[in-house]
Amino acid sequence: MQPSRSIMINVTNIRKDFPILNREVNGKPLVYFDNAATSQTPQQVIDVIVDYYSNYNANIHRGVHALSQEATDKYEQARQTIQRHFNAAKAHEIIFTSGTTHGINLVANGFSSLLKKGDEVIVSAMEHHSNIVPWQMLCERTGAILKVIPMSLEGELLMDVYHNDLLSEKTKIVFCNHVSNALGTVNPIKEIIDAAHKVGAAVLIDGAQAAPHIIADVQALDMDFYVVSAHKICGPTGEGVLYGKEEWLNKLPPYQGGGEMIAEVSFEKTTYADLPHKFEAGTPNICGGIAMAAGINYMNAIGFDNIASYEHELLEYATAQLLAIEGLKIYGTAKEKTAVISFNIGEIHPYDIGSILDKLGVAVRTGHHCAQPIMDFFKIPGTVRASFSFYNTKEEIDVMIAALQRAKAMLE
Amino acid sequence: MTIKEIQADIVDEFSMFEDWMQRYEYMIELGKSLPIIQEQYKTDDNIIKGCQSKVWVHADLEVDKLVFTADSDAIITKGIIAILIRAFSNQKPQDIIDADTNFIDEIGLKEHLSPTRANGLVSMIKQIKLYAIAYQTQLG
Repeated sequence: MQPSRSIMINVTNIRKDFPILNREVNGKPLVYFDNAATSQTPQQVIDVIVDYYSNYNANIHRGVHALSQEATDKYEQARQTIQRHFNAAKAHEIIFTSGTTHGINLVANGFSSLLKKGDEVIVSAMEHHSNIVPWQMLCERTGAILKVIPMSLEGELLMDVYHNDLLSEKTKIVFCNHVSNALGTVNPIKEIIDAAHKVGAAVLIDGAQAAPHIIADVQALDMDFYVVSAHKICGPTGEGVLYGKEEWLNKLPPYQGGGEMIAEVSFEKTTYADLPHKFEAGTPNICGGIAMAAGINYMNAIGFDNIASYEHELLEYATAQLLAIEGLKIYGTAKEKTAVISFNIGEIHPYDIGSILDKLGVAVRTGHHCAQPIMDFFKIPGTVRASFSFYNTKEEIDVMIAALQRAKAMLE
Repeated sequence: MTIKEIQADIVDEFSMFEDWMQRYEYMIELGKSLPIIQEQYKTDDNIIKGCQSKVWVHADLEVDKLVFTADSDAIITKGIIAILIRAFSNQKPQDIIDADTNFIDEIGLKEHLSPTRANGLVSMIKQIKLYAIAYQTQLG
């Protein structure tokens, strides 16, 4: 028999690190279950942000003065922290972005010069809009064809279709999320990547939803591109990274023109800077990069194995409690999933449930979660989504269940 | 009754409630009594695009007054529309154009007026006013 896994995590102490968890909403203690949208920020990261603006705020890379040197050092150390976290071979394979969406657009835009009419691009059926629209735009520009990996009612990708019907010599790039934001499904990305490489296609994996729960080893997975956002992993909004294999980053043209990304400029010709600066035009979110690394350090100090097993415990507990509510249906029941539960109760509109829960201090997300194709697939207007983090507790889940019972009684 | 009188009535009714629960329960009741739009008017053209719940609003001119019917797939949203329709239906277009909507604030639903709220109350009011402007132009 396994010992209680929650012993590995001291939630009481962890919660003390998050000042926001002490506040009230509508006169009730906040129960924050919208972690898949954004994670909360520990004091350790807030301190780093305050320290940056209090002590060494300066523009980086070109300044000869002390503050600029300090800021540059801290920013480049942050890049190395992130490099180590994802086990990238080189620090310059880590490109700072404004977040996952920026990273996807950077790659999609770069591929517009590599694709021609008749080439094929494959996307999964459970993508976030941010991982559908840039590729649709790319296909419109280049005449490439967009193909979709379908999914089962459980919310798992139909890998047979991918292998047998979709992948071919015409496939140039495949993109898929590591974890679905709407359903929590953990996708078999190693299988997706290996098969794509056999036909010479590149793969972009959207790691936004995976990063809070799983460390992706980009070398072990033979990743071409991996994109994440800082604000899902205890960091600030407006910051993220694109990991790109060096050979791919060298093949892609720059995304935006501006300062920082150039080596030499004349009106006849500009030569671009080396990686990573080629993709980092303009003054970056310096504090954001440094704080992102602080968030990663914070989570690593707790340990991702501990986080994953504790969150799994919360997921199992919440799933059992939710299923005990009459008429409640869970969408996304894949064998491998993160601590995300999408559900509806009978015919009640998710918006109505979310509104009542908010009044009771429980923050969940309602709607289509920017994944309308998934909602169309299940023929529903949307879902209520509760997503858990390592600072949540079973007691909070009990509060949500009681709130749901109350909402159900009011709305039915 | 004028729009102002009806709004004052609504404010009176809501002032009897002690907490949000009672307000919401009343809104849900109102939602159930909403004058439902005919199916033929539940078209994409008549949808007010909020992020989360769908809202359809239709207006008919009966002699010199506008009569509104509506529907939504969310019951709280239906309650909000029912309040709006009670305030603005069966009124002359010019009066609808001239009316203010401060009563929403007074009945404790101010939070729904924020443009970031997903229920589109602001868009609903705008749509009702747009109908009024369109029919006023037609009436000359």
